[in-house]
Amino acid sequence: MKPDKSMPAFQKSFSRRLFVKGLAAGGLLSAMPNVLQASVGNAQLGSAPVLSGNVVDLVVEEMPVNFTGVTRIATTINGSIPAPTLRFREGDEVTIRVTNRLKVATSIHWHGIILPFEMDGVPGVSFSGIEPGETFVYQFTLKQSGTYWYHSHSGFQEMTGMYGALIIDPREADPIASDQEQIIVLSDWTDEDPMSVFSKLKVQSDIYNFNQPVVGDFIDDVSTMGTSGALAKRRMWNQMRMNPTDLADLSAETFTFLMNGITPAGDWRALFKQGEKVRLRFINGSSNSFFDVRIPGLSLKVVQADGQNIKPVDVDEFRFGPGETYDVIVEPKNDAYTIFAQSMDRSGYARGTLAVNEAVTAQIPELDSAQWLEMSDMMGAMDHSAMGHGMGHDMKSDTAGMDHSAMGHGMKSDSAKMDHSAMGHGMKSDSARMDHSAMGHSMKSDAAEMDHSSMGHSMKGSSSSLAVPSQKVRHASTEYGPSVDMRVDMPRTNLDDPGIGLRNNNRRVLTFSDLRSVDGILDDNRVPTREIELHLTGNMERYSWSIDGLEFGKSTPIYMKQGERIRVILQNDTMMTHPMHLHGMWSDLESPEGELLVRRHTISVQPAQRISFLTTPHDLGRWAWHCHLLFHMDAGMFRQVVVS
Amino acid sequence: MNSSIVGLKQNFHKAVLALAVTTLSSVAFSAETDIGQPQGGSAPPDARDPHAYSDGFTFERGPYSQEERQLKLADEHKFWAFIGDRFEYDTDSETGVFDVQGWYGTTYDRLYIKSEGEVEDGRLQESETDILWSHAYNAYFDTQLGIRVDQSREGKDRQWLAAGMQGLAPYWFEVDMTAYLGDSGRTALSVEAEYELLLTQKLVLQPRAELSFYGKDDEINGIGSGLSQAALGLRLRYEITRQFAPYIGIEWTDKFGKTADFARSEGESVQDTQYLVGIKFWF
Ligand SMILES: [Cu+2]
Repeated sequence: MKPDKSMPAFQKSFSRRLFVKGLAAGGLLSAMPNVLQASVGNAQLGSAPVLSGNVVDLVVEEMPVNFTGVTRIATTINGSIPAPTLRFREGDEVTIRVTNRLKVATSIHWHGIILPFEMDGVPGVSFSGIEPGETFVYQFTLKQSGTYWYHSHSGFQEMTGMYGALIIDPREADPIASDQEQIIVLSDWTDEDPMSVFSKLKVQSDIYNFNQPVVGDFIDDVSTMGTSGALAKRRMWNQMRMNPTDLADLSAETFTFLMNGITPAGDWRALFKQGEKVRLRFINGSSNSFFDVRIPGLSLKVVQADGQNIKPVDVDEFRFGPGETYDVIVEPKNDAYTIFAQSMDRSGYARGTLAVNEAVTAQIPELDSAQWLEMSDMMGAMDHSAMGHGMGHDMKSDTAGMDHSAMGHGMKSDSAKMDHSAMGHGMKSDSARMDHSAMGHSMKSDAAEMDHSSMGHSMKGSSSSLAVPSQKVRHASTEYGPSVDMRVDMPRTNLDDPGIGLRNNNRRVLTFSDLRSVDGILDDNRVPTREIELHLTGNMERYSWSIDGLEFGKSTPIYMKQGERIRVILQNDTMMTHPMHLHGMWSDLESPEGELLVRRHTISVQPAQRISFLTTPHDLGRWAWHCHLLFHMDAGMFRQVVVS
Repeated sequence: MNSSIVGLKQNFHKAVLALAVTTLSSVAFSAETDIGQPQGGSAPPDARDPHAYSDGFTFERGPYSQEERQLKLADEHKFWAFIGDRFEYDTDSETGVFDVQGWYGTTYDRLYIKSEGEVEDGRLQESETDILWSHAYNAYFDTQLGIRVDQSREGKDRQWLAAGMQGLAPYWFEVDMTAYLGDSGRTALSVEAEYELLLTQKLVLQPRAELSFYGKDDEINGIGSGLSQAALGLRLRYEITRQFAPYIGIEWTDKFGKTADFARSEGESVQDTQYLVGIKFWF
């Protein structure tokens, strides 16, 4: 897809808005300015205070803040945004006393931490919340090290300021060497009341999308690809009432993006000495925003993902969603660099500066132009790259004990079926023109995809082995009702896709296929004993989000037996990327071939993608499992898990 | 009215009538199946049971459960909205028109009140008010059941039972169609379709068509059986915000059949062109 021509105008209006919003440089808490502001000229400007030791006191209360020139009320922990950085040591037992000075109940969830479920901090699932005036004592032993974070799990409190870094230093020497480190918490702030934002989305779900397809785009397309091409590009989307620019529900129209609680105009700064290796601990503590992070002029050596050390990967850029963390090592020269984190929908950015002194500045890059979602984001495995993978997979499972006759048969019957169901309809309604353009490789891809599904099917029939994740798509019966506006029948299993807006951008972009845990995963190499297939679903018009077409209120818990090795398959039947966070246990991401790759606590599933991971529920209790886009979670993309 | 406008209007009539018929025939029921697998349809017999993984446990039943479920998310909350679709003033006839709707309820079940009417010299000339129970039928359409109350200053008030569908048809047509059953065997059908053409992110051109059909003559209200009236509008609005947009527009109305005859005998015009200014807002 070509970049949207309307972007320059949009950017202009954005920077005008930024100018207005930029009047307030930094979101200082007017009530307690000394908490955040050490002194001007201090590299820690805007960074949260650090609390360490084995006993910590946290106080939750409302505070006035001013990020945009307008004073609003935030929900803060110890009066700072971000909340204090908690710095603990692996193996220690910590006691955290949380006092609630709000008029409503609150909670704190320790994101990614393995602990007893009563300490997990999800009201209504693992405990009953912290009532006003009450002090709740969290106590648990830290079984892990790395970069984590913590946040409220009550209402929209996280969105209004309750998030902070949680760093656990390894018991032994840290294998990741650096001369200094900086914690970078990215977040999004709205001056609106989050509940009113949510209500508006219920009435008009695209209210914050100012990158909608317009007549001018169509005219441009007609001039470059002809009328039929321009029509074909839109036909499927319009017919299905889906919007190719549905990249984020919320944009800079309401959000100001923050880096360590500082607006772009405020320019959060970190200083380094020449020759230093700097470790940057990136935490996406935002409520609803995916960020694409890069530091122009510097290569990012990614050394940790979700708190787990990984084999170092050099990239220029990485995308991460709410809940995810990445640690990178950079080796800046004698200069200044912009840490640039643009939102996935390209409506705005958070930024800060890494510099040798306070005087030097770096250029701020232009926002990339927003891309349209591609056909593969709606229909799945139609695109070329995904096919490559499908093929690879077929070879593999073929050698893994599949006889050729069975496969030939599978292909045949599958191709017949395919014509009549999924593809047949798509092609028919899409007209021949679509075949020739967007689905140019349809014959080839069909064939590949057919192997794919027939494989999974045959595998299941011919052996009980769960060595590789099944490929057969099984929609839930509840996916055919009013809660679901789209189903994917041919998902893509490609882990090497950086996602919309990052494809072929001439930068090395981190993908899931690059990640390999250094340790951790090898402690459980058992073959799973069962598969749990869940579909991420939604209805954009109704602004409803769900799993298997069921919102939280209509769902039932997912039962897991303690100690069993389970495969979870997440298939995204929507056009948005969902960062799925499973509490209380690890999510060991695997390749489509069943090879364990990396241990995560949050797994972002792209549109029309099917991803699987293995997990071992080691701690008893009830756990939350949800999309970490706060509004998706609140709309119902949330499940309870029972481990017994 | 000059001849070029008449020509434009007649072509526009044809186009919108064709559109309405196409929409009617494809909307809601067949649309979903036309598209095939990716949307709608009914679950195949081997579809997965979404509760199969629960082992019989619920929020309140099973180990570590809370006796009373505390966590209720937005899917169990009620929302409301007030949508002022048209608040407009016709510069020639100096009449005002309002077209509003409000709803209260959950994602899938809502109480709707829709009201549309005409005000002249500060007095309500006529109005139609629907009070409907709205239930999600499929991903894009709601079924609506309830009553309609017609008020007419010069004619006779009428009450109807109403059953209809409202939603978004393929290619982004907003469609609202309702069938009515009144006293002494009266029937009626009303169909509205709207389309939003984004000229820019804030400038929106909105064609709109409204057709009314009646089963029986209603002489006292000047209505004949069959297609009684068609209104076609074109509005250009500027969204100062997505929730507040002033507009200018033009609307052509045409009476047909006996309805036209009644109008002629009353000395009223059968065809009418109105230039409008108005606002659209919601909260
Ligand atoms: Cu989500």
